[in-house]
Amino acid sequence: MEAGDAVYPARFRYEAPRSLEEAIGLLHQGGGEAKVLAGGQSLVPLLKLRFATPELLVDINNLTDLAFHRIESDGTIRIGALCRHADLERAREIAARQPTMAAAAPLIADPVVRSRGTLVGSLCHADPQGDWAAVATALGGRVVAQGVHGRREIAVTDFVTGPFQNILAYDEVAVEAVMPAPMPGAVVTGGFLKLERRVGDFATAGAAVCVELVGDRVARAGIALTGVGSRTLHAAEAEAALVGGVLDERAIEYAADLAAQVAEPSSDHRGSADYKRHVVRTFVIRILTRIAQRPDCPEAPERSAA
Amino acid sequence: MTSLFEEVTGGAEQDVPVRRVTITVNGRMRTADVEPRLLLAHLLRQGFKLTGTHTGCDTTNCDACTVLFDGRPIKSCTMLAVQADGHEVTTVEGLASSEQLHPIQEGFKAEHGLQCGFCTPGMMLAATALLEENPDPTEDEVRFALSGNLCRCTGYQNIVKSVLWAAARMRGER
Repeated sequence: MEAGDAVYPARFRYEAPRSLEEAIGLLHQGGGEAKVLAGGQSLVPLLKLRFATPELLVDINNLTDLAFHRIESDGTIRIGALCRHADLERAREIAARQPTMAAAAPLIADPVVRSRGTLVGSLCHADPQGDWAAVATALGGRVVAQGVHGRREIAVTDFVTGPFQNILAYDEVAVEAVMPAPMPGAVVTGGFLKLERRVGDFATAGAAVCVELVGDRVARAGIALTGVGSRTLHAAEAEAALVGGVLDERAIEYAADLAAQVAEPSSDHRGSADYKRHVVRTFVIRILTRIAQRPDCPEAPERSAA
Repeated sequence: MTSLFEEVTGGAEQDVPVRRVTITVNGRMRTADVEPRLLLAHLLRQGFKLTGTHTGCDTTNCDACTVLFDGRPIKSCTMLAVQADGHEVTTVEGLASSEQLHPIQEGFKAEHGLQCGFCTPGMMLAATALLEENPDPTEDEVRFALSGNLCRCTGYQNIVKSVLWAAARMRGER
């Protein structure tokens, strides 16, 4: 290949700091013309296509303290900014205790992207067709940001301000994502389903559902949608309709109808708006029905084949 | 020492920051001076002349450029060469020894796992990573592990057979 044929980014300055403070300092100096590089699975393609042309890239991959995921004693889940999708996919404690995340992890992009990409980076990228934002919304997740003026926690629903836009200040780093603890004594159930034309494509439609059961009653419900609007959609009315009741057929269908009403799909090459709305309804019914039948067994995604 | 600066920019320019990186490629320490915007795939191909790493789509879709980065499969077109500084990279050239093909390569030969061969290096490295983690995969697990690697010739059937063949060989069952 001749060098002239290669696709490569516009010129930028590159720094790979050894501490978070140094990273924040570099971003501060960058004055809004800097980008954080973590997994790079969305940013590097944007750089190559020159949709993004930052002056400075601050590569945080040396901040190995951020390569963690853990479940605290009360059930709070913390995911560091360098926790890769593949780490979550292989995490037995996540599989055992957080079925919505466990169902989503193997469906993120493709297996090779999952080696490198990160959950926190995916939230920051704020793609309306992203998967983790729907999961985090259903779980009531938060993003922890650290900047020159200290640390703050932001609800995921406030964190994303528009397509590919988040609320971070230019000199803040999203250092971790937090999924709050379930209610004491609740059984945590849930699932994630996504329709994609092929592995690695963006979602045609996807639904993340989390239900906490106390006995046979729904103590808390979370439902969010991806791929069916210009942002991740939070089906708050569907959640409210489930809380306090049992998961019978009528309740499930009613919640699915409410969730489908929240969808704002547009017709495109992936399908018509009506079709996508129908998929949303079907997915919510499918996940909730499985929960009702087998609360201990999450909705398992069909393993996509080559 | 390889300077890729001229190759990447298409001509000498002044005042372009270049970084020296040292990467263990296929077990051997390699040093290069690279512009930060150089992609790892291009360092491997143009700088180190390891042209077994193929760039297919240039847009992070096809996985033809898959290499192992510290043992994990990654898309070398979606990592900057500077990011590989201090890390280990395995390309398809690192699979065989001078005397013997890697079992994965034997498998692709035995089961006719390639036609045009363009996707083959990426397929073999993704499969190598799978077998390292799971020496006895089911057919479904092989298909799942390779689900991001696109092939436009064979329809995947023989690729999957090749990986299962290699898995059996590596377990000493063939």
